[in-house]
Amino acid sequence: MIAIQIARLEIVTDTAAAPASVTVRCAGAWTVQGVAPVEQRLTALSLPPASELVFDISAVSALDTAGAWLLHRTMRAVEQRGTTTRISGLKPEFDTLLQLIAARAEVVQPVEPVKAGLLASIGLQAWRSLIGVSGMLAFIGESAVTFLRSLIQPRRIRWRPILHNLQTAGFEALPITGLLSFLMGVVIAYQGADQLQRFGANIFIADLVGLSMLRELSPLLTAIIVAGRSGSAYAAQIGTMKINEEIDALRTIGIGPQELLVQPKIVALVIALPLLTVYADVAGVLGGMLMANSMLDISYRVFLDRLEDALSLSSFLTGIIKAPVFAVIIALVGCYQGFQASGSADSVGRQTTVSVVQSIFLVIVADALFSVIFNWLDL
Amino acid sequence: MKKPRINSNIIDIRNLHTRYGKAVVHEDVSLTVRPGEIFSLVGGSGCGKSTLLRAIIMLLQPVAGSIRVFGQEVIGLNDENALPLRRRWGVMFERGALFSSLTVAENVGMVLREHTHLSAALIDEVVALKIALTGLPADAGAKYPNELSGGMRKRAALARAIALDPELLFLDEPTAGLDPLSASGIDELVKSLRDVLGLTIMMVTHDLDLLWRTADRVAVLDKGHILGIGSMTELSKLDHPLVREYFYGPRGRAAREQAWKKK
Repeated sequence: MIAIQIARLEIVTDTAAAPASVTVRCAGAWTVQGVAPVEQRLTALSLPPASELVFDISAVSALDTAGAWLLHRTMRAVEQRGTTTRISGLKPEFDTLLQLIAARAEVVQPVEPVKAGLLASIGLQAWRSLIGVSGMLAFIGESAVTFLRSLIQPRRIRWRPILHNLQTAGFEALPITGLLSFLMGVVIAYQGADQLQRFGANIFIADLVGLSMLRELSPLLTAIIVAGRSGSAYAAQIGTMKINEEIDALRTIGIGPQELLVQPKIVALVIALPLLTVYADVAGVLGGMLMANSMLDISYRVFLDRLEDALSLSSFLTGIIKAPVFAVIIALVGCYQGFQASGSADSVGRQTTVSVVQSIFLVIVADALFSVIFNWLDL
Repeated sequence: MKKPRINSNIIDIRNLHTRYGKAVVHEDVSLTVRPGEIFSLVGGSGCGKSTLLRAIIMLLQPVAGSIRVFGQEVIGLNDENALPLRRRWGVMFERGALFSSLTVAENVGMVLREHTHLSAALIDEVVALKIALTGLPADAGAKYPNELSGGMRKRAALARAIALDPELLFLDEPTAGLDPLSASGIDELVKSLRDVLGLTIMMVTHDLDLLWRTADRVAVLDKGHILGIGSMTELSKLDHPLVREYFYGPRGRAAREQAWKKK
């Protein structure tokens, strides 16, 4: 292993000579790895006025741009204080480097990034939010137009990506949705069993599990899982395509990115999410049924009989009707955030996060609105 | 020039075999790169030029053979032992590979901050110097890579590659995707870096102009074999159909005539 060589310096004052001269004896490796120890000393170099400063670099074994720059910088700083400087013991190979540094020295002014003030950054943030809202509205409008156009010309519908999305966002989500929904049914039955037992109302476990799963929990749970699974994937995919200029390429080929990337996702999710919700309903009720059997000794037959009485068609439909709305929200937000990515890999990550947070937020808001509306309609 | 050099080869490749899955990329490749020279790998697309480069810089594990850089075997080297070696070379990737979330100055400075103990102020100055050395305007440092043109991005990538004043510089397609003017700017830059900083340069390129103007020695690769190694003049006399086509095809001829005129 090569030991890293370091730079050394020694300051020798010769008062006998007239005018008084100071020699800085430099030695060792004046390289980017080695100059750190002498940097401090050179910055703090203090000298008697009106003397000459000689840099003796004959003992320097290696010099690179960092070392040369440090030397150059020190000499310039000393000269500005009215002291003349000189280099002695200059090797020819160092000379070219020092000359190069001197030639470029004028341009070397580290650029400070411009930082906005508090007020300016608040304004900027507000402006960005406004732009974001109007961009989202424009995006929704564009999607609607594309949708209407494909209704008029059904040939433009791209079945292949729709089927592909159905598989990835729908079919492949079956295991996780089923498992989580099943567990949710188990948890509700478990929590409810204790309370119901106290009132001797064991049989109402079927009402509790059935209604809560069908009306609220399974549509919401499924939407949240899909937002995390597929919404994020949409944002990441479109964001990466945007950065690689693939979106621009699509436009130049004459294929609308809306048509190829957004619409199939919306259509597929609108089909897949209600189906997943029904599946989650079944899995959730199954979980509750298993729990009711083991904790409350309610046989499966009794549970199912009770379930039939407890659930009306409307309680099933109020749950299912939400799913397509959630699907549109998730697909639109995911795709929109993907299109917002620009420039860096960082921004793809940021937009993906935003897409998940925003779509889950909007799904829950929409769910609350549905509750209010169903309440009005007395469903 | 910078550090006392042992009078031996900078890169020494012996009987190298590499594979991607089942596809054989290199079969029995041997070559050496001498101190202070500009060595170039040429060949058609898919002949394994970039793969060879990746093997040397330890991004790819060869199947058999030996690669010695600065006299040290790099095959099978662990990360800890590779670090001192990695500090001694700089790599410029084909598409720049600048970190897109950092400004150009931060990209260059990151290397210095990571591997040296210099003060922040000195690092900023050295970064500005490196950016100036590659011929970028001073305000380019504050910009993000996606705000730069292709040529400027290459220069910024070069600035990052020479941040630690490496002894050995790897360039992957330094002029690919550039207009002729920017490309000839890169030619000059590569030459001056070698002359002033005393670098050894190994590059992969298709650019015949760049080859005629800068390369001291060139290795022609085809289907995993080396067809010939030598100066451009020597290679152009080589009697192999592919080499002849390469040098005497319409583009090759124009570049050669250009080079002669310059001399």
